[in-house]
Amino acid sequence: MQPTSLTTEQIRALIAKGKMKDAIFKGMGIFCLAVALLVIVLLVSDMVAKGSERLTVDFFLNFASRRATQAGILSAWVGSLLVMLVTALAAVPLGVAAGVYLEEYAKRNWLTEIIEINITNLAAVPSIVYGLLALGIFVYTFGFGQSILSAGLTLALLILPIIIVSTREAIRAIPAMIREGSMAVGATRWQTCRYHIIPYAMPGILTGVIIGLARAIGETAPIITIGALTFIAFLPPVPFTEVSPGVSAGLFDWVMSPFTVMPIQIFNWTSRPDPAFEINAAAAGFVLMAMVLTMNAIAIYLRYKMRKNIKW
Amino acid sequence: MQIHDHPTLKAEARNLNFYYGEAKALKGINMPIYDKKVTALIGPSGCGKSTYLRSFNRMHDLYPGNRYEGEIRFYPDNTNLLSPDVDPIEVRMRIGMVFQKPNPFPKSIYENVAYGLRVRGENNKRVLDDKVEHALKGAAIWDEVKDRLSDLASNLSGGQQQRLCIARALATDPELLLFDEPTSALDPIATGAIEELVHELKKRVTILIVTHNMQQAARVSDYTAYMYLGELIEFGKTDEIFIKPQDKRTEDYITGRMG
Amino acid sequence: MSANTPSDLPVVSDRLAKNAMRHASERVIEALLFSAAAVSVLTTIGIVYVLVSESIHFFQNVSIVDFLTDTQWTPLFDDAHFGIMVLVSGTLVSSLVALLVAIPMGTIIAIYLSEFANGKVREVAKPILELLGGIPTIVFGYFALLMVTPLLQKIFPELPGFSLLSAGLVMGIMIVPYIASLSEDAMRAVPMSLREGSYAMGSTRLHTALHVVVPAAFSGLAASYILAISRAVGETMILAVAAGMQPNLTWNPMEPAATITSFIVQVALGDLPHGSIGYQTIFAAGLTLILITLLFNILGQWLRRRFRENY
Repeated sequence: MQPTSLTTEQIRALIAKGKMKDAIFKGMGIFCLAVALLVIVLLVSDMVAKGSERLTVDFFLNFASRRATQAGILSAWVGSLLVMLVTALAAVPLGVAAGVYLEEYAKRNWLTEIIEINITNLAAVPSIVYGLLALGIFVYTFGFGQSILSAGLTLALLILPIIIVSTREAIRAIPAMIREGSMAVGATRWQTCRYHIIPYAMPGILTGVIIGLARAIGETAPIITIGALTFIAFLPPVPFTEVSPGVSAGLFDWVMSPFTVMPIQIFNWTSRPDPAFEINAAAAGFVLMAMVLTMNAIAIYLRYKMRKNIKW
Repeated sequence: MQIHDHPTLKAEARNLNFYYGEAKALKGINMPIYDKKVTALIGPSGCGKSTYLRSFNRMHDLYPGNRYEGEIRFYPDNTNLLSPDVDPIEVRMRIGMVFQKPNPFPKSIYENVAYGLRVRGENNKRVLDDKVEHALKGAAIWDEVKDRLSDLASNLSGGQQQRLCIARALATDPELLLFDEPTSALDPIATGAIEELVHELKKRVTILIVTHNMQQAARVSDYTAYMYLGELIEFGKTDEIFIKPQDKRTEDYITGRMG
Repeated sequence: MSANTPSDLPVVSDRLAKNAMRHASERVIEALLFSAAAVSVLTTIGIVYVLVSESIHFFQNVSIVDFLTDTQWTPLFDDAHFGIMVLVSGTLVSSLVALLVAIPMGTIIAIYLSEFANGKVREVAKPILELLGGIPTIVFGYFALLMVTPLLQKIFPELPGFSLLSAGLVMGIMIVPYIASLSEDAMRAVPMSLREGSYAMGSTRLHTALHVVVPAAFSGLAASYILAISRAVGETMILAVAAGMQPNLTWNPMEPAATITSFIVQVALGDLPHGSIGYQTIFAAGLTLILITLLFNILGQWLRRRFRENY
């Protein structure tokens, strides 16, 4: 009895062919992953090779300059840190509150649906459009000008969806029994959130915040769009220090200060025709990469730890 | 149908052990499978009947950490299906399987049935048309779907989907057909249709069926094996197993005192 | 409630009465949390408002027909022309190059990770992809201009220092992690029983992946491609750095050209008075960008619905 119309030899040839295709595809998969890895390695090693001669203490302590060898990133990294501070102060409370609302309070109705669809869609809006929004609203309508405040708020809006989504995911991972346990001893909804839900969701929220800030610190387009300057040779006023004879800066004067940030500094140096600035761009690029990759690595590590540790 | 006293062997488990990692799931199973007969595997949940069934087409090879010991002899060519030299894909080309939950592919009804033929490199439209029709008729679903062959299979009802999955398995003329609780997700009417089909199919193909339903085993099978905790407790003609089981544990299970 | 309590019952029931203070503070907190959630809606409203209102001013000065049909884009010249197609061509060509890299690469990686790779490979590969996705676009711009372009010039000696090709290629690499991770999630969500059904027919891994898993996950794959298109169309810095910012109506990736986004950056780098036609131009460009993104999203949604598979 011949079970199939194919002979054993034919079947074996067919299988061999199929396995060959499997192997070829596997090779393609590994090749594509290798390309991804290669790009990271090439990028970092090129920046280190080119920029290492500039990576001195002076580079971090000098302002931008017309002479490549003397130009540094002082105003840029200070600007980046201050913008991140504003971004975090705005985005974290807003994002966590929105996430808590959507998971713990929101009723299933059209309003909630609109908010949810909206958050998904905002994640696909090009970042430069946030820059246009900020230019029209923060810079001109609210009169914040081309300041650290405008930039920080712009990036806060940009990363809000990331923080909201990670907050929601972290909350969703908390089993219902925790919530019920708290409610059962008479806690209100907010007390349950305040003392149970938010603390337990913290590692997940933190991961989202770090990933969001890592994204924000590398963003260039929206900040250029609001009109950040590319050449800044001063620092924002330090609170309570004398900025001009007899006048000392207020606690929050720095938020209204003009500024530059790391990515803009790199953009500026990259677009100079003088190749000497390529070295500066490489060095600054390396510093920015180091900041971003460190933040991402922390987030990846945190997530990994969470997966290992949490047992309800 | 008359049961012969000495039917031909189609397959035979010899000292079969199986491990999920460290856990031993099958313990020294020896059992014949007779040609063109229906053999039912019964036993309480977790007794290893599905594990045993899935050894026949080497499904366990899909997951890491699984290990077989012993043999499953396959006749007439007398190969050991579990031998490392035997390619699991080749085994699966000769042995069909129908799953617990209907799992039609996200394709048309036609392409679902043609799937196995295409896997075997058959792309001739006329041959495919012919075999698809034949398989759908064999699975008693042709009349219901002949006018909608290009519809998505997921639009069919659960019972129809399961018969489609049977047609899909039949299309490649398997020598042995494995059924893993094929009616557990179906309503009584659909179940009846499948049982009738199994009865019909044994004229063409040897069938091994796992069922949690003893009445079903009694209705459709010629031979029945009772398994418990990874061991084969008793094997025999279905009538004998149900009327005068030899082992106390089989009797307890069948009479509902256990499981 | 407590007022109705018969006097012979113990006073403990008072403690179960609704506490007005507590209730009020709960309501205030809920309102605060809601306003935080509403910020995302306000953001959308703000974006639409800003783009549309400034564009209305713009179109009071420039006719829509000219905007869509003019073949020159010189908004800041004395002889101003506002042919948006010039910028759209650069945007579409660079996006196409990027997608030609990102969609095959991302999909292959996703299939490989979901259907072929073992746990160990996945554990190494996923962080690599995440790190790649975390690289700032300005750094990718640097990479395109100073590393990829010189490399490409070895293959195509006539390639200029700025080109849509080199910017597009690097953009493609940048988008790979998005496609890979979303598509892999979609494929891993395909029930194991479908794969088993295919393997039980004697199918190989690749055949199962391409004929069962990919069709079953098609909706998720399409979603990842839509996001990829949005990213490509909206990408700014790689193009601003490596594609040149010269307006150039071209379909040739070997040429330099401005895109909608790089034009906005270029204008913003200069000093434009609020309310000038130049200022309004970038909002009209931004509106065009959003509409293109929207168009692709709608197209993608339609495709998804058309090919929706249920398992």
